[in-house]
Amino acid sequence: MSDETAVDTVDEADVVAETDEVREATLASLTDEVGDGIVESHIRPNDDIWVRVSRDAWVDTGMALKSMGFGYFSFLSAIDWMPSPFGRDMDSQVDLTLNPPEDEDDDVVMETGVAGGDTRFQVFARVNDIVNNRAITLKADLPDDDLSIATWIPVYSGANWHEREAAEMFGIDFVGHPNLRNLYLPGAFEGNPMRKDFALLSRRIKPWPGIVDVEPMPGEDEEGEDA
Amino acid sequence: MTTQIPDLSEQEQLRYISQQAADARVNVEIETEGMTLNLGPQHPATHGTLRIIAKLDGEQVVAAEPVMGYMHRGYEKLAEVRTYPQVTTLVNRIDWVGSFANETPFILAAEKLMEVEAPPRAQYIRTILHEMSRIANVILGIGDMGVQVGAVTPIFFAFRDREYVLNQIEAVTGGRFHPNFDRIGGLKDDLPAGWIQNTKNAMEKVRDFCDQIEELMYGNEIFQARTRGIGIIPKDVGLAYGLSGVNIRGSGVDWDVRRDNMSPGLVYDQVDWKVWTHPDGDSYSRMWVRLQEVREGTKIVDQLLDQIPSGPIMAKVPRIIKVPAGEAYVETENPLGVMGYYVVSKGDLNPYRVKIRSASFNNVSITPWLLKGVYVPDIITILGSLYFILGDIDR
Repeated sequence: MSDETAVDTVDEADVVAETDEVREATLASLTDEVGDGIVESHIRPNDDIWVRVSRDAWVDTGMALKSMGFGYFSFLSAIDWMPSPFGRDMDSQVDLTLNPPEDEDDDVVMETGVAGGDTRFQVFARVNDIVNNRAITLKADLPDDDLSIATWIPVYSGANWHEREAAEMFGIDFVGHPNLRNLYLPGAFEGNPMRKDFALLSRRIKPWPGIVDVEPMPGEDEEGEDA
Repeated sequence: MTTQIPDLSEQEQLRYISQQAADARVNVEIETEGMTLNLGPQHPATHGTLRIIAKLDGEQVVAAEPVMGYMHRGYEKLAEVRTYPQVTTLVNRIDWVGSFANETPFILAAEKLMEVEAPPRAQYIRTILHEMSRIANVILGIGDMGVQVGAVTPIFFAFRDREYVLNQIEAVTGGRFHPNFDRIGGLKDDLPAGWIQNTKNAMEKVRDFCDQIEELMYGNEIFQARTRGIGIIPKDVGLAYGLSGVNIRGSGVDWDVRRDNMSPGLVYDQVDWKVWTHPDGDSYSRMWVRLQEVREGTKIVDQLLDQIPSGPIMAKVPRIIKVPAGEAYVETENPLGVMGYYVVSKGDLNPYRVKIRSASFNNVSITPWLLKGVYVPDIITILGSLYFILGDIDR
């Protein structure tokens, strides 16, 4: 075959040392483009970068990133940050003994993850710049009374199916999506399965045995130390 | 049947005839009725239960709409009620032809959150098994492509030679299809005696398969006629749809997570290998890159086998694994493309949220765009050249 191309493995040593500055620079140039749209950001040195943008700036941020070279669409999905109303009542007796609940009297507070969050639902997406080996995770809060956000299809065509999945699983409306039908679920399915308040029926009908089958670590005695 | 020409002058007769002919021409272009072709959910070309509803105009596809969900098992939801070590059992079944590769990114993501690193020996064996599942998977994809174009022999060759690889995977993990062997902090067990030499022999067999299939299939005139210039994916479109793995490298994009963004815990940087690309972007180029990738995989495995360091295969991790709160995304280059897990932990035994970014989901999402305007027989070859596993779409 004559039309083959081959590239040797790259020397990564210098890339790794630079990445932190690279991420800072990425954030700086994104801030130039989007400005007030950025609510919060977080950089884990030499690893990853998260940027939380306002819902209105979602499409603009996508456009800005695409023009900055982030042309590769990795995925888009959503998170439900509400603690499960079922608490740990789906845990088995074994699990509860091994890992007793800490302070069950307190009201469970909603905690959000990296780069923060103010609302129950958050849309997040990841795009890559495959030329410079950069990637960025974007997040956007959705107000509880209006679970909708503009579609990303004009920016990244691949968002189409991802948005359909997020729509059926979380009940989020992607404004401007041409075909927001169910992707996986049957047409008449009721509820949004990935929400934390959607009970996993099979689990509630038949209790889970829990961690009864913990295997000893290699080289460890039968009764090793616990965590 | 003769047509009755009315009693007219010669001039008028000629005009009448040409008018009739013009009508006939117009009719030829207009009078094709649209037809809907339902492909699947059970069709040999769909690798499972992908259903494609194609609207046809004559032999040409006007619109194609894939229908999924016949195999949706809800792993993202199930993972929320499993402990971290139990999740590998689930994710094994995402891409069931290269199962071990599904476990790797999840385990690496958990290790990243826990700030644990597997001992060097485990990293080497992990990389070897990851690469062997790629070989086992892609061999089958190549053989399957033969069936799509009407050649039955390649699939038998593929099943025969894949078995050598599966035997080796089984020898070390105990499972042919679902190893469930990767652990947070290392591996379940060490290698059995004699495994290294046997694996080298198996790799030799795989290289023989590659040589055979290259002459038998890739050099075949019919194969080339059915795949060259068919189903062309331009670079930009592929990137916007998030295509990965061979499907994007077949469009001339030189990007491989193994080389460009290797996650700690794998050792691809310790061996000498290269990333293959092909500039054409058609079905043939995807299949061609796939074949080179199998060859390259055997070289990676051979080199790693020579270098395996001695030492423990398991880092010191607690028996009851609680992962500290945080978020991590780890992706690896899997047989079907880039697979990643976005793991959100709240410091419990169970992950709070696991987003599974599977390769085939993105790879197949391009089909409505790609199948527009192609001819019916090409639907099959294009789907075959995209090479997806249904479990990897539906999760």
